[in-house]
Amino acid sequence: MSETADPARLKKLSEELRCLVCQNQTLADSNAELAVDLRRQVETMISAGRSDREIRDYMVERYGDFVLYRPPMQGNTLALWLGPFAMLAGGGLIWWLVQRRSHLAAQASLADRGSAQVSAPPDQAELNNRRDRARDLLRPR
Amino acid sequence: MLLWVLMLAGWTAAVAVWSGSLPQILRVRILSTLGLVTIGFVLFLLYTSNPFDRLIPAPADGRDLNPLLQDPGMVFHPPLLYMGYVGLSVAFAFAVAGLIGGRFDAAWARWARPWTTVAWAFLTLGIALGSFWAYYELGWGGWWFWDPVENASFMPWLVATALIHSLAVTEKRSTFRSWTVLLAILGFSLSLLGTFLVRSGVLTSVHAFATDPARGVFILIFLALVVGGSLLLFAFRAPAIGNGSSFGLISRESMLLANNVVLIVAMAAVMLGTLYPLVLDTLDLGKISVGPPYFDAVFFPLMAPAMFLMVVGPLARWKAAEVPDLARRLRWAFAVAVAAALLQPLTGVGFRPLAAIGLAFGLWITAGVMIGILEMLRGPDQRLSLRRARMHPTSIWGMQLAHLGVAVFVLGVTVVNSTETERELRMAPGQHVELSGWRFDFTQLSTVRGPNYDATRGRFELRRTDDAAEAPPRAVLFPEKRIYRAQNQPMTEAAIDRSLIRDIYVSMGEPLGADNWAVRVHIKPLINWIWLGCVLMALGGFVAIADRRYRRRLAQQEGRITSGQGSAAGGLAG
Amino acid sequence: MKTLRFLIPVAIFATIGWFLLKGLDRDPRQVPSPLINKPAPAFSLPQLEQAGNWSPDSMRGQVWLLNVWGSWCAACVIEHPLLNQLAENKVVPIVGLAWKDVPDNSIAWLRKYGNPYSVVVTDRAGQVAIDWGVYGAPETFLIDQQGVIRYKQIGPFTPEIIRDELLPMVRKLQSR
Repeated sequence: MSETADPARLKKLSEELRCLVCQNQTLADSNAELAVDLRRQVETMISAGRSDREIRDYMVERYGDFVLYRPPMQGNTLALWLGPFAMLAGGGLIWWLVQRRSHLAAQASLADRGSAQVSAPPDQAELNNRRDRARDLLRPR
Repeated sequence: MLLWVLMLAGWTAAVAVWSGSLPQILRVRILSTLGLVTIGFVLFLLYTSNPFDRLIPAPADGRDLNPLLQDPGMVFHPPLLYMGYVGLSVAFAFAVAGLIGGRFDAAWARWARPWTTVAWAFLTLGIALGSFWAYYELGWGGWWFWDPVENASFMPWLVATALIHSLAVTEKRSTFRSWTVLLAILGFSLSLLGTFLVRSGVLTSVHAFATDPARGVFILIFLALVVGGSLLLFAFRAPAIGNGSSFGLISRESMLLANNVVLIVAMAAVMLGTLYPLVLDTLDLGKISVGPPYFDAVFFPLMAPAMFLMVVGPLARWKAAEVPDLARRLRWAFAVAVAAALLQPLTGVGFRPLAAIGLAFGLWITAGVMIGILEMLRGPDQRLSLRRARMHPTSIWGMQLAHLGVAVFVLGVTVVNSTETERELRMAPGQHVELSGWRFDFTQLSTVRGPNYDATRGRFELRRTDDAAEAPPRAVLFPEKRIYRAQNQPMTEAAIDRSLIRDIYVSMGEPLGADNWAVRVHIKPLINWIWLGCVLMALGGFVAIADRRYRRRLAQQEGRITSGQGSAAGGLAG
Repeated sequence: MKTLRFLIPVAIFATIGWFLLKGLDRDPRQVPSPLINKPAPAFSLPQLEQAGNWSPDSMRGQVWLLNVWGSWCAACVIEHPLLNQLAENKVVPIVGLAWKDVPDNSIAWLRKYGNPYSVVVTDRAGQVAIDWGVYGAPETFLIDQQGVIRYKQIGPFTPEIIRDELLPMVRKLQSR
């Protein structure tokens, strides 16, 4: 065991490979027999000079994409990898639109009043708010 | 499930007792909603998971509790977690009751806030305890795996965090109302979704228990009724809620809105990763796995904007704030953050960009909290006075504490991920190993007979490498490999020497023959900051609800003050 | 028009719910084989009770089954009678691969439960099983005359699977 060729590489690779007989564990952390066998296989390939990519390909050839915990970038995972950032962009757009709507609403009511008020007139909800906060200030400590 | 029903009954009772100041009709609707949800769960319990079913004939002996669960951490983790999960049902009930009644003024938000914050705080503690337990009990030194069931608890947490921030805006400024309502529905929906995921068998997980498609169908129907029903109610009633007051492009509202957007996108990303394999499989587009490499790559970049805003938001004024003013007040926080990033290589692992960013954010938030506190304590004469602390509502102090907790958490994660070291090797008694300035002497192997297990126990003496060999060890660790007799199940019991600065972690893996064992030793600096940060966050939540505003009896005050103050209140600036 | 926006959450929920419902029928732990319609991996393994190694090349020109089993495997006991029946009816030759097993145990097991195999090879190290993407026992592969894997059965056979899936495929391949 202490004779492993490159323990850091073995660890990195086996942490990204899935144990096929476990309930969601990496190859690195499982003590199942198949996991031990596959880890040994990875170790052998590292000693034989195979690259990380070759080792991953070896596993995928035999067990499919399921064995990779890092989903490969391919046709059926585009939505997965691009999704979060697309959603962030979408979220940013929504944020911007809500801002504009609020800003335009304020300007519209300014135009209605035709006066030089600095801020939009408070609605009933806001008045209730001010009343409640005034109570806070006026209550004896 | 029995625990779930118990908690639900408990929360309902609590709401019934402590809602005296709520308008009668709102109270009735909230309690009815909670009651209906309880009925659903009780039916589920009775028809698919009856714990009181008799086993006839009675078995001669039980199969013993799963060894993984025979631990104090496991005693507290489910109750805390469920307090959070189920507590979100109160916010849900508030939302549904409000939608039925059509009233969503500031008062509604003020009443909903403490309930939601408490649920959030418990959820934080429950998740943290689960992570802490996994770390010391499972023997591989990890603390978060993005396992579907872990994600099932994290998604409601993200939504609950967004919700407590959104409620703040709705209470103060009466805006974001329909969004807050939607979040309240969403939070509890995700709790229910979590319930579905762990019991139905659609996703593989170390946590999956009682997997049974029949149960899955029931919960799915329940989900459809509760979530679908409330979302339909939302679709029909929310348009009438209205938009509330306006706010500027740079203002506390706009930053809290951005905070919400980021948290919800993060939740959606976690959901995407969790459900994606299921979706692909269902559509016959392949079978893939989505694990930590994906979530780590996606989640941390998404959180960056939230961590930035956490400092700027509290300092920004409501309705309109100015960038130059904020920049001036935060210049020291920015300087500290940049310095932290530049000094990162001093941690001894060379320049690691992600670690630098993590340190920068951790210190940005810490400095931001300090600046916020200093500003709160500084009088108009620019002098600091602790007495000014009482002028600010308790909830603000809670916020600062919780944000500080986030900083501590971020620093813990960053440091442990970038500087932890480990070695795995074959060892027999008499041998030693050195790691990061520590020396581990494997001195002895013994057998232990526990009450329901048999164990092989190793004895490891811990010294610094520059300690003399005869010096007394700084610590002695006893990792064990146990076999629980009832089901012949092996278990690794790691030995940990803990401190605020670092954990030293030793575990015994497999026996390799002739007293040789596969031993793993880890040094994990600052790892306890991860859970300490979570505890501070939860503490911040509990401090926040201690605010006097929530404890006064509104009905009585209403009468006394309006008669005394009259129109003066209406003219005061907001 | 404004109301439409508020229907988005319930629409998203309905979509997710639909997938969850469909998911109840699926097994998240089943790993489909990427070797279907690919050439069977070559090997040369010792036989259980005969001298000399055996290689799948010797099956060229025939449609045949490779059944991965072990004396340690409980589900194999359940499946075995069905294999015995297939052998008795001379439907298709079955080659047995004793996976990570002790030869003495394998021999004893076959004596006890019957031997439907025309050939039994032993894969003590498990290397060949890995090459074939085996992750549990029993697993069975259907290989055609050109040595291409056409079907994989994960887990034990049931009479229904044999009747509705295996036999029709065997007949189709054999008629080519």
